[in-house]
This record gives sequence, structure tokens and C-alpha cells, in this order.
Amino acid sequence: MVTMTALEEELSRIAGAVPDPELPVLTLRELGVLRGVQVLGPGRVEVELTPTYTGCPAIEAMASDIERALHDHGVPEVSVVTVLAPAWSTDDISDEGRRKLAEYGIAPPRPQGPADGPIPLTLAIRCPHCGSTDTELLSRFSSTACKALRRCTTCREPFDHFKEL
Amino acid sequence: MTAQTTAIEAAALALGDDALVLSHRLGEWAGNAPVLEEDVALANIALDLLGQARVLLSLVGDEDELAYLREERAFRNTQLVEQPNGDFAHTIARQLYFSTYQKLLYGQLASGEGPFSGLAAKAVKEVAYHQDHAEHWTLRLGDGTPESHTRMQRACDALWRYTGEMFQPVDGLDVDLTAMENSWLASVTAVLEQATLTVPDGPRTGAWTAGAGRQGLHTEPFGRMLAEMQHLHRSHPGATW
Repeated sequence: MVTMTALEEELSRIAGAVPDPELPVLTLRELGVLRGVQVLGPGRVEVELTPTYTGCPAIEAMASDIERALHDHGVPEVSVVTVLAPAWSTDDISDEGRRKLAEYGIAPPRPQGPADGPIPLTLAIRCPHCGSTDTELLSRFSSTACKALRRCTTCREPFDHFKEL
Repeated sequence: MTAQTTAIEAAALALGDDALVLSHRLGEWAGNAPVLEEDVALANIALDLLGQARVLLSLVGDEDELAYLREERAFRNTQLVEQPNGDFAHTIARQLYFSTYQKLLYGQLASGEGPFSGLAAKAVKEVAYHQDHAEHWTLRLGDGTPESHTRMQRACDALWRYTGEMFQPVDGLDVDLTAMENSWLASVTAVLEQATLTVPDGPRTGAWTAGAGRQGLHTEPFGRMLAEMQHLHRSHPGATW
């Protein structure tokens, strides 16, 4: 376990507060993609990010938003590196993040638990508009790779579901 | 450069080219798919594959140079992924064959400690959705109308002879190909039978089958695909957004 200095914690807070470019209601910390912040030297900081999907095009926007946020905080040299392992999972989205997703109209991913742990109950996907659990899948892929398109059979509204990964 | 890095690069090139070429083929459906949901789905699958290709090709060299400036014979993808989209059934048959293979491949690589384990652990979860998508469509088309059944069968038959190449040894790729091929056959057979389709009975390996893409020999439509894919980059060298 690497201990963070007070400065690294502060910079991590700033980087983590950057909104996701595609889901601006979520911060990068709530999405669980910020892996670490390290001060390499005076005015030099390295930030580790992990992509949700390998091909997620938002990662470049995230990197430049983090750079800008830390520049504004007086860090002249910011490098953002992408790490793949351990692979990001929708379980990395915080409880607060899930609540915000639902409020924004996107059904949050269901918890998956550890791969070798007890098999979790399959929970119904709840309509973020009316709260009904009576929903059906329209397409496994929606506006972005991380979402599926569903329809509520009670209120008839279509909605995105952040699918489990 | 040591012999081992060369072998790893050779493997990265083979897997990266598979992902890149199939990504481009699937991208050709954008704006042309039979329904809007499929337009979006196929583009999303293409995006996942492009992400994998970028990681893999970056292990070998500059991703743009590799994608846009190599000649046809320098590509190491299987002939299966370069096959034209055909009708929607052909695209689904290609997806079924390839995603089943890729899921098994990444599954094995993810459980190892090799240079691809990080990417594989991530990509195997993405590919699970690709396979699920292909299997559902195979069932819908195979067990659908007489017309969709006929077309799905025709597509499965036409692409069958390209499927043996996926299980040919690749330098630097440390996987149990026999186990993979057995699992692949079992999985594909189960889906085709459930879809009321007949498992094609033609040969998948041997003198009369296809499959020298890994050696740089490609089928005729691949040249035209590359011309389209590389045209912009080659016409405007060094251009940036």
C-alpha cells in the first residue's frame, strides 16, 4: 500500500472532482477510473487513469480535463498515464455515483460481487423514470459501449442502462 | 531486440490486426444497418475492437503507421475477419465464429501471466457482450422465417472454411489451441443446433481450405478494404485534426 502525502491527497481530490465528459453528473472518482496521483518532483505530477472500456474514446477528454484542472491548481507538468490492470469493473462505481446515475435517468449497473464469491441475486433493472421493475431489453448496445437500451413496460419510456462489466 | 520480444510482437501484430480489420469491416455498417439499434450495436462492437487493436499495435510500434502505411502482405490478420460484410447474416456468422474464438483466447490469456494478460482480462468482458449479441442474432435468424433461415445457413456455410485458421499456432502466443478449438466447436455447434441450423460439414483445415492470412496472404476483397481504410492518411501525410 502506497501512502499518499498530504499534497498528493489534495491533488487526487482535485483530479477526482473532474466530471466525466460523457456522464457529467458523475465525477471521475465516483466512476472509479482514477487509480492514483503521484508527485514525481517539484511541479511534476503523474496521474493514473483506467478506461471503462478498452476503446473508450472519453479517456482522452478525461486526461486533458485532469491536466487542465491540475494546471489551474499550479502544477506546471502533468502526465496522465493509462493503466489496464486490474481491469475496471462497474462495481468500482461508488454508491453516490449509482444514485446520481439513476437521478440522471440512467439505470445503474447491478452489483456483481467477486468472481469467485457467492452468486449474487439477479436484481431487476428499475426504470429510472417511474421506478417500475417491469422493463425490457431493446438493444445490448446503446448511445455508448457501456450502456444498453431498455424500455419500461409501465411508463413506456425508453432509458439507458449502464450494463454490468 | 531479443528473439522473445520479436515473438511477442509477432503475436501482438496477429491479434491486433484481427481486431483492427474486423473493426473496420463492422464500421462499414454505420449508417447502413437494417435497424438503428444494429447500427449502434455494430459500431459499438467496432469501437471495442479498435480499442484492443490500439493497445496491441502499440506494443509493436506506432499504431497509425502500422494501420495506415503497411502494405497488404504485411498484415497478419486471419482471412475470416477480412471477409466482406455480405448480407446481415454473413456479418452475424462472422461475428459468431470470431467472438466465440476471441472470448476463449482472451479467457486463456487473462488467466496467464504473459504480456497480454492485462488487456485480455479487460477485453474478455467486452467480448462476452459481442458473443452474446452474435448468438442472439444467430438464433433469431436461424429460427426465424424461411428466408432468414436460408440466408443464415448460407452465411454459416460460406465462412466455415475460414474458421480453421484461428487455431493455427502463432509465434509468441502461449495458449492451448487444441482445447480452444474443442471448446469453440462445442459452443458453435450448440448455438447452430438451437437455431435449427445445420453445422457445416466442409473441411476447416487442409489443402483445400482457406487460411494463410497469418502468413500475409489475403483474399481479394482485403486489398479494396485497405485502399479505403488507408486512403485518407496516405493522401494527406502528417495531417492532424
